[in-house]
Formats: sequence, structure tokens, C-alpha cells
Amino acid sequence: MNILEVEGVSAAYRKNTVLNDVSFSIPKGSLTGIVGPNGAGKSTLIKVLLELHPKLSGNVYFFGTSLKKVKSKVGYVPQRGSVDWDFPTDALDVVMMGMYGQIGWLKWPKKIHRKKAMEVLDKVGMADFSHHQISELSGGQQQRVFLARALIQDADLYFMDEPLAGVDAATERAIMAILRELKNKGKTVLVVHHDLQTVEDYFDRVLFLNRTVVAHGNTSSTFTTQNIEKAYGGSVRWLKEGIGIVGTHLQ
Amino acid sequence: MSVLTSSNYLWVLFSTLLLGVASGLVGSLVYWKKQSLMSDALSHAALPGVAIAFLLFQVKDFFILIIGAALSALLGAFFIMAIKEKTRIKEDTAMGMILAVFFGGGIVLLTLVNRYSSGNQAGLDSFIYGQAASMVESDVKIMSALAIGVILIVMAGFKEWKLFLFDPDFGKGLKLPITALNTIYLFLLVVTIVIGIQAVGVILMSALLIIPPVAARYWTHSFRNMLLLSGFFGGISGAIGTTLSAFGDGWPTGAFIVLISGIIFTFSMFFGSKKGMVVEFTILRSKKKELQSYSVKGGRG
Repeated sequence: MNILEVEGVSAAYRKNTVLNDVSFSIPKGSLTGIVGPNGAGKSTLIKVLLELHPKLSGNVYFFGTSLKKVKSKVGYVPQRGSVDWDFPTDALDVVMMGMYGQIGWLKWPKKIHRKKAMEVLDKVGMADFSHHQISELSGGQQQRVFLARALIQDADLYFMDEPLAGVDAATERAIMAILRELKNKGKTVLVVHHDLQTVEDYFDRVLFLNRTVVAHGNTSSTFTTQNIEKAYGGSVRWLKEGIGIVGTHLQ
Repeated sequence: MSVLTSSNYLWVLFSTLLLGVASGLVGSLVYWKKQSLMSDALSHAALPGVAIAFLLFQVKDFFILIIGAALSALLGAFFIMAIKEKTRIKEDTAMGMILAVFFGGGIVLLTLVNRYSSGNQAGLDSFIYGQAASMVESDVKIMSALAIGVILIVMAGFKEWKLFLFDPDFGKGLKLPITALNTIYLFLLVVTIVIGIQAVGVILMSALLIIPPVAARYWTHSFRNMLLLSGFFGGISGAIGTTLSAFGDGWPTGAFIVLISGIIFTFSMFFGSKKGMVVEFTILRSKKKELQSYSVKGGRG
């Protein structure tokens, strides 16, 4: 069963068309990496799918229906720069936000919610920082807190916008372990990713995006030099060399 | 001193206290929505509405006047948004223009009112600088009731406001009605401004929205405590300012209220327990000492 069905989606910022006729479908229980050059529309795609940015044309089906009906089944980890880090709130508080829907509007969180939030913070290795201001956390720690907030939603489909950008190796491993665990539980995860060198290790499916879908499928068959070249166009020469250097070093 | 013991004074004191609390709370929302200038623009934009309402109805009825003020402020807000959406002019520029044009229009209208209307219009000037003493009991009751309404709405939706301000995109995913909250937010802001314009005046009303939350930020790292403290600071500014202005005949209440909140801000900036300059300096110095003693010990070892 396809969890997500995208048909001919287009979107623009003012006069610039950012996405043109994007179509793909995502099967249940997959871990998909969305890759493409800067300005390819990766973040915009996620925002359009989640109706945070208007689409000009096309249809999107979540679980065979519209997003409105299944919003609680969809989790989102935004790019780190999207909130004001100076806002007076601590790690535990941010994670609790993921439960506001469950707590109910205009109601106060109870002890049980706090306990659950602590458990999830512990899972991402942030239990010791529960009462730290978010502004005092490092980039990787902030990312873990946001991940925890998404996890506590207990969604079936997750969108993550560059969760691995600017985090250290330990955090990257921790986050990937959690993503794999989600996948093993039968959840579906889409990740905007920037590092071509780790695509093969991290994702079972890959979607090359450059304003439209360049290629999409199982990583083993789709992650080819040809497709990379097609997606990255002119900038691919040094990229190829880069991968080549790393490749020989590993050997 | 007779002013202070009259029953009218106690009523006025009570209402400016509530106004201060409401302003402190709504001001905290404004602070994190990064719209301090918006509150300034809207309070100035309220002035022509006061004059037009008076010209139309020829009565100095507080309720009619604040409805005129609210409509005019909303019209100002609408223009600011329209300019921002339809042209390439930035929001702060749009606010600056609307603020000045509406205020200028209001002054012209007030001059007309003074020239052509019959006797009892003199009190309208108090809407510029604020004159709590000019309030009668019915004014005070309307103001208090609306302020209590504003306070309750902010308190009841505390957790929703937090998400609305901190991460609205995430809130949308949780089915938090962001558009509706935006409307309620604007409504709260306009109501707070218009109930304050008689006591505080259109020029200084925005200061009562802007200063208490900034002062509160120095004392706390929690959004809830910031709201409570900001409400507290606003409340005592309103109460003390009103009291001081009651000592003299015709003293501008708004100016005293804003002065008190300014003093609270200055004190907070230096001595605030979380971000105050003294605390920051002390932390820095103790860290320096710690590092020095560490390196000295290291040297011996």
C-alpha cells in the first residue's frame, strides 16, 4: 500500500517555478532520502506536501485520502533555522508540544504527559538536558529535541527536513539509529538529505529531485552515477571526483 | 489628597490596574510575534476613529468612541497588510506610513471637532495623552470588563499561544487553527489598545504593551512566568502611574504610567535574575577566576 501519492505537483515562489510536475509514490515502511542540488526545491516539496506552502497544481494523497483527515498520523521535523531559538522554553517543554493534540486544546498537561516526554527525551539521549533552555543547546542537541518532539506524536509518516545538517558524527549516528527503528516498526520516513556519500548506507529508497523528479526507486538500483549526474547537472564534475577520492580512501 | 480618597479614584485605579495586566499579557504575545511596531501603529491609527465616532454621534460615550477607535485601528491593520502583500514595500515601512497618516488625520479631525462641535467635546483631547481622571464610572466599568475578558482569553489559551508564537508550522500539523488564532490575536491587541486610549492616550498606549514584556524577559526563562511577570509589571505601572497623576489637576496619566514601566525596565535590565547585566557580569567574572585558578594549579602540577 502506498502511504503517500503525489501527482503532478507544481509550486512557485513569486515568479520562480520551484517545483514542476512532481509525481511519485512512497510505499509503507520505507526510509527515503530526498537528494538534489541547492535550490532543487527539496524543502519546498515537503512544505507543499504538508500544505505549509500553496501548490499551483496537482494532487497529494496521504493514506489514500486528504491530509486534513489524517493530520495526526503525519509528523514533521522542520529545518533547524525555522524557529526563534531565543524563545523562553526548555527541552522538555518543546517535546511536550508534540503532545498538545493528545492533551487537548485549552487543557493543561498532566504528570503522565511530562513522564512520557521525559522517556522520549531519554531515547534521544537528551534526558540530562530536559530543563536546559533551547538556546543553550548545541546544534546537534537542538536537532535531537526536535526529533523527540516528532517521535512523541507517534505518527505513521514522518517528514524530516535536513535532520543531519550541521550535527556531529555521534548525533548523526544516534538520529539514524532512531530513523531505522521507526522503519523497522513499519513507519514511513522521508528525509531531505544533503550528503551523497551516505545515501547508500542510510536509505533504502532514494528520490532525486531537481525541480521535478529526476529518478526515484530502490537505492541499490537508482543511486547510480548516471542519475547523480542527471540531478546535479553542471556541478557534478567535482562531486564525482569527491566521491572518487573518498571511495579510494575507503578501499 | 481628596482625589485619592474619592470613590471615583478607586474605580479608576482598579481599571488601570486591569488595563496594565491585560497590556502586559497581550504585550508578551506581541513581543514574540515581533510586532512591537505594529502595536504602535495600531494605537496611533485608533485616533481618527475616535474623532469620527464623535462627529457622527455627537456624544462623548466611551463605548461608541472605542468602537470607532477599534474600527479605525483595524482599518490601519488592514492597510498595513495590504501594502505588505500587494506592493514590494516592507512591513515596517508600511507601519511607519500608516501610523503617521492615520495620526495626522486624527489630529486634523480633532481640530475640526473642536472648531465646529458644541460645548462638551473638550475631553476628546485626553485621547492623545491620556487622562484617567476624565473617566466616569460607566467608562471604568466597560474598560474593566473588556480588560478582564482579554486577560481570561490569554490565560486560557496559554499553551496554544506558546505554540502559535514558537512554531506555527508545527502547530498547523497538530491542527492548531493558526489563522483563527491570528485573528484572535489581532482582536486582543486592538481591544487592549482601544480600552487604554482614554486613560493612557494613543501616543503612549503602545509603550504599555512593549515595555512590561521586555522587562519581564530579564527575570525568567519560562514563557509562563514571562506572561505572569509582564502582567504584574503592567499592572503596577498602571496603578502607580494613575495614583501619581491623581496628585495634580490635569496631569497626564499615560505619561506617569509609561514612566513607571520605564523605571521597572531599567531596574530589570541591570538586576534581572536571568539576563540582567549584573548577573551576566558576575557569571563572566567568576568564570574568568575559575579558569585562572585552574591554569595556576595546572602550572604548579
